Amino acid sequence: MDTVLEAKGIVKRFPGILANDHVDFDLRRGEIHVLLGENGAGKSTLMNVLYGLYHPDGGEILVKGKPVKFDSPRAAIAEGVGMVHQHFMLIPVFTVAENIMLGSETVKGLQLDRKTVAAEISRLSHQYGLDVDPNALVQDLPVGVQQRVEIVKALYRKAEILILDEPTAVLTPQEADDLFRIMRELTSRGVSIIFITHKLREVLAVSDRITVMRAGKVVGSTTPAEAGEARLAAMMVGRDVTLEVEKGEAQPGAAVLAVKNLSVRDHREIEVVQGVSFEVRAGEVLGIAGVQGNGQTELAEALTGLRAPHGGEVRLGGSDASGKTPRYLVQNGLAHIPEDRQKHGLVLSYPLNDNLILCTYCEKPFSINGMLQNAAIDANAFQLVRQFDVRAPSPFVPASTLSGGNQQKVIVARELSRPIKLLVANQPTRGLDVGSIEYIHKQIIRKRDEGCGVLLISAELDEILQLSDRIAVMYRGMITAILPAAEATKETLGLLMAGATLEKG
Amino acid sequence: MDLKRFLFIGFIIVILFGVVVLVGASTTPPLVLIVSMVATTLSVVTPLALGSLAGIFCERSGVVNIGIEGMMLTAAFFGWFGGIYMNTILGLDPLPSMLVGVLVAILTGGLMGLLLAVLSVTFKVEQIIGGTVVNILAIGVTGFLNRQLFFESNGLFGGQLPHAPGVLPRIHIPILADIPVVGKMFEQQPITIAAIVLVFVCHFVIFHTRWGLRTRAVGEHPRAADTVGINVNRMRYINVVIGGMLAGLAGAYFTLESVPSFEPLMTNGRGFISLAAMIFGNWSPIGAWAAALVFGASNALQINIQFFREMIPAQFAFLQQSYVLGMVPYVLTMLILTGLIGKTTPPAAENQPYEK
Repeated sequence: MDTVLEAKGIVKRFPGILANDHVDFDLRRGEIHVLLGENGAGKSTLMNVLYGLYHPDGGEILVKGKPVKFDSPRAAIAEGVGMVHQHFMLIPVFTVAENIMLGSETVKGLQLDRKTVAAEISRLSHQYGLDVDPNALVQDLPVGVQQRVEIVKALYRKAEILILDEPTAVLTPQEADDLFRIMRELTSRGVSIIFITHKLREVLAVSDRITVMRAGKVVGSTTPAEAGEARLAAMMVGRDVTLEVEKGEAQPGAAVLAVKNLSVRDHREIEVVQGVSFEVRAGEVLGIAGVQGNGQTELAEALTGLRAPHGGEVRLGGSDASGKTPRYLVQNGLAHIPEDRQKHGLVLSYPLNDNLILCTYCEKPFSINGMLQNAAIDANAFQLVRQFDVRAPSPFVPASTLSGGNQQKVIVARELSRPIKLLVANQPTRGLDVGSIEYIHKQIIRKRDEGCGVLLISAELDEILQLSDRIAVMYRGMITAILPAAEATKETLGLLMAGATLEKG
Repeated sequence: MDLKRFLFIGFIIVILFGVVVLVGASTTPPLVLIVSMVATTLSVVTPLALGSLAGIFCERSGVVNIGIEGMMLTAAFFGWFGGIYMNTILGLDPLPSMLVGVLVAILTGGLMGLLLAVLSVTFKVEQIIGGTVVNILAIGVTGFLNRQLFFESNGLFGGQLPHAPGVLPRIHIPILADIPVVGKMFEQQPITIAAIVLVFVCHFVIFHTRWGLRTRAVGEHPRAADTVGINVNRMRYINVVIGGMLAGLAGAYFTLESVPSFEPLMTNGRGFISLAAMIFGNWSPIGAWAAALVFGASNALQINIQFFREMIPAQFAFLQQSYVLGMVPYVLTMLILTGLIGKTTPPAAENQPYEK
């Protein structure tokens, strides 16, 4: 087994942070080596160093035993390193072929030779089973196909070492299985793969070796045979972590949210939510499973007053709530954990104390006669930061300085500390570390047990299966099924998320 | 640029041409009028076409350029001054002097472009402010130097406005210009011809060459371009300087091809109309040219109507006032920019300095 890539003692500093602390990492030919760690552990930094996007402050990189210096991605590409980023580096308005040839364009004289490139792409896609249409516009392609374009992009440049950064974040279980099949196909042809993820199940399913990072250091290396999920989670976090949240039976009461025939249009006037109907009862969690882009965003916006519905009816706690303002909904017991915490959940430049009263600033005790009462606001901030375990130097720092997990805790603190009937949680643990996920899951179940109704929208099947009492699946704007959690399996849900329908009787 | 837009443009142009044909119908045959309109349109569209090409190179690479007006004005002044200097002080013949003037204008435009690039790319100044700086600097420098050099008694020319070398001569395109009647539109001045050629050359460059692909990538998603090894800031610098040079050539049109003199603020908003043409043309050279032709045609209408002042029937007498027709290009600009004919999509990453 020869080593194709080796990183020795890599050091990388950013202002105020040591992102990579003398990291050693090696990759053998034909293996799938998983790099596991929480957000902020230093995995992406290490990969950016290996791809030439960052220059290390110390240490060296060897490709096939030869020391190399990567000044830029060009140098890394020349040595056979290819990277598929978590956030795609694709230009939406270009075609697949244009994206793939960017930077290494084939030209006939002065003119771009699109035909030759398209032919080469077709050849590669057939060779590896990665179907892509060279002439399609990237913005018209579904996310799973865009990812395949990224992989073909690396293969087009003769990559022998492929770095995949959190590739399954946007895929259904079946698409993820497809990706694993492609990865095995690639390794059987001699390509070596570094696979970055924080999803423990996948790690065990696909890896040959696993290296765990924490706080900039390598904590240890192991194999799937030696370590199970619990041990890996403990290595990632540094302490034992409960992976399954403990919950009792749900005690559902009356419906707090009744949605009938709701349809919503997006900004292009396309109907993205098509006549959906469902109920959320007090004291239960209804999970809406589905790959992102099937209307969940617009559904959540319609239910929280951010987008006027096109048709249908929404009733919150018995009274009509269709098309009402967020202020009305909040005052009638709605709490919302938004999908994009930085854009819609917080004012990043505001300090924590202001962020914590974003819903209640106009009420007593936070404002009297239109004047903000700073003493009350600050006292509220101190109390909530302690109660919800927000790790921050003080409640007066700007929200932008907090880690993703702590930012989410601020939002959770703000929303769950009010008297609420319905909690709409949209992708509440996206991008969070295992410790924060554990915390937020506990909070959701606590609220459920206090009699609140919870609408959980998530693309993470594990999360849906763990927390929900009933599960609905959303596909192309429609609810294709609603079933009790006990009856749902990963396979069934995966199929439903990809468009299949339940067999009747 | 979709069909709807081209049809709208065609429609307006037909109306503008139609007005001239109708008004002059009693004295002049329609074909002569149409040819005259085409010839005038092609000529007056030159600064707009070049200005919009300048805008396209800058904006496609991600740098908003509202300083095209200032770049044109500065280039107009220095190009004119260069020509006069060569002719009067160095004793060069008029034609070579004017050609040197054109070169000076292009260089001046390039330097102003470099200024915008330094402000926008290196210092990451808000790009609208950067463009405004260019415009204000242009007005100041040209106004001041114009007074100092030409009107002060201790100025370079002793207080007497020197004789300018003239304007660039019309080129008689062989064969095409010999066609009777129609041939008149094929006798154009060099910068006008260059502008038309450049529209098609730039269209090819932007959409069919390596340079164009990389430029567009840098303007849409600079990080994606960076990850495949493209130097984002270097691409932006070069494209903005190219844009400046194109604006410089537009400036040369004013003082070396249109009229042989310099007036303060003589660009008269043409730089901004170029931007409107670029936006309406969806950041494509041929599209922007088509939009510019609308403005050019309305300008040409104003010019050609002058010949028929006496002929205008009583109810259209108001057209005789020059300001009425003079408004048409600007009113059209406003109408177009309200999105009456739908929206166009700018490069996604424009006006955002790139941070690694």
